[in-house]
Amino acid sequence: MDKLKKLQEKVNMIFTKCDHQAVLKKSVGEGPEQILKKLMASSLRGRGGAGFYTGLKWKFAKEAQGNKKYVICNADEGEPGTFKDRAILEQVPEKVLLGMAICACAISSDEGYIYLRGEYNYLKRKLQAVVDKFNNDIKSIMDFNVKIFSGSGAYVCGEETSLIESMEGKRGEPRNKPPYPVVSGYLGKPTVINNVETFVYAGMIMALGPQKFSALGTGDSKGGKVFSVSGDTPIPGIYELELGMTLEEFAELFGDGDTKAVQVGGASGFCVPRKNFKDTIIAFEGIPTGGSMMLFNSSRSMYNVLHNYLDFFCEESCGQCTPCRTGCQQLKKGIEAVKSKSKTPGYLGQLQKMSKTMQIACKCGLGQSVPNSFNSIVENFREEIIF
Amino acid sequence: MNIQTQIDELIKTHGKERKALMPILQDLAKQNRFLSKETLQYIGIKMDISAAEVYGTASFYSFLDITRRGENVIRVCKTISCDMKNKQLIVDTIKKRLNIGVGETSHDNKFTLLETNCMGHCHEGPVMLVNDDIYTNLTPQKTLEIIDKYSRG
Repeated sequence: MDKLKKLQEKVNMIFTKCDHQAVLKKSVGEGPEQILKKLMASSLRGRGGAGFYTGLKWKFAKEAQGNKKYVICNADEGEPGTFKDRAILEQVPEKVLLGMAICACAISSDEGYIYLRGEYNYLKRKLQAVVDKFNNDIKSIMDFNVKIFSGSGAYVCGEETSLIESMEGKRGEPRNKPPYPVVSGYLGKPTVINNVETFVYAGMIMALGPQKFSALGTGDSKGGKVFSVSGDTPIPGIYELELGMTLEEFAELFGDGDTKAVQVGGASGFCVPRKNFKDTIIAFEGIPTGGSMMLFNSSRSMYNVLHNYLDFFCEESCGQCTPCRTGCQQLKKGIEAVKSKSKTPGYLGQLQKMSKTMQIACKCGLGQSVPNSFNSIVENFREEIIF
Repeated sequence: MNIQTQIDELIKTHGKERKALMPILQDLAKQNRFLSKETLQYIGIKMDISAAEVYGTASFYSFLDITRRGENVIRVCKTISCDMKNKQLIVDTIKKRLNIGVGETSHDNKFTLLETNCMGHCHEGPVMLVNDDIYTNLTPQKTLEIIDKYSRG
């Protein structure tokens, strides 16, 4: 327990207090070039899961042509096992807004949105009050106004282009990329979309300097990360830890002594079996995560876990592209058939082959990442799927 | 207020551009508990988009109901973390108490029971939403008390 506390204290950036007015004043005073320089120096990568360099994203949006630009905070946290964005919005909403305002200064935007998932509607009233106060407080510093946009219960809207479609009043179906949102986003204007946690880190990098951030983590994965820990653990909850930890260390800290596997990155992430804990690190070089860390002990059937994930994907696939729409259904039907012995175990090989097609042919990250959990579970827990 | 007046009012508040569609649908779903065929058609006329487009948008989102729901909509999380915490026991408790299945509405139109995907409370499962309120660390006893509270209210 003490060890865990020490590891948390080593990072401790997200949930701390911060004089957001002063930091914003300083950043606006220094100007866009300096903001981007600091952000690039920090090597901050997006905390939603994909891990694109935040400094680069803001730079592209700054350079994009347009008389109007938008800053959007992606709070459509829907990945199974993730709940850290909710905690951040509940505990330090001003710091999220600070990050958004700094971004607005860097790319010359005057309008921002928080896309809050429908499941978090109960947060809205309190958050609205904070947003109103913030909008008012920064009037003397810069011209920037934030609004809250509510989602309506669609996982795929966490994908940035579906999020935009949804804000434009359409079905949340992903767009073809390019053009990327930094060039043509909300209403066709250059738009930066970042995860809740990314904005907070961006703000803290301005407050504490990029060195404090980049001193943490590994070569390709600087800084800390907020983890949502659930499943078979005596201490489920939210923990901010340094990136680069091995799963062995993780299981030691959070496991119940009987950890058989850890699902890193939620339903769209990878399942790591105990035998690989030692050699797997939680980072972009190893297995990245948007925050979701689920532990399974030996009492759990990995067939049930996989079936639950596939069920999830069948429902949440937007249905726009065939590989995803049909693929998810076929994978689910396939493992059901193998389990009930109406197909031979060899059929799993065919399903894996099909999942490779999904990886290549699906239009967005949802379909492309279904094979992650499918293959990692089928490969490592084949007997549990068959028998 | 009849539905057409409601829509006219909402268009006054949110505007009639396409980007206003989601907030308008959300408010209507909240006020009327679902979006009827007439509602969707009238929005189409007023906002100058085809009724099919309005229907297409509404039917995409799980929180924009296009079938009639009860006064209170119960959504129990069915994703793996809550499943491991035995959400089935909670679903069974509600089913038995209200005498309805998942996806059904009680005869007195008080409750609709649904299962939904991850609600972001995986460390305190099982969880459920009743309308916009979240309830965590559920036990059968706690669940029954919550349902009683809504039956009275």
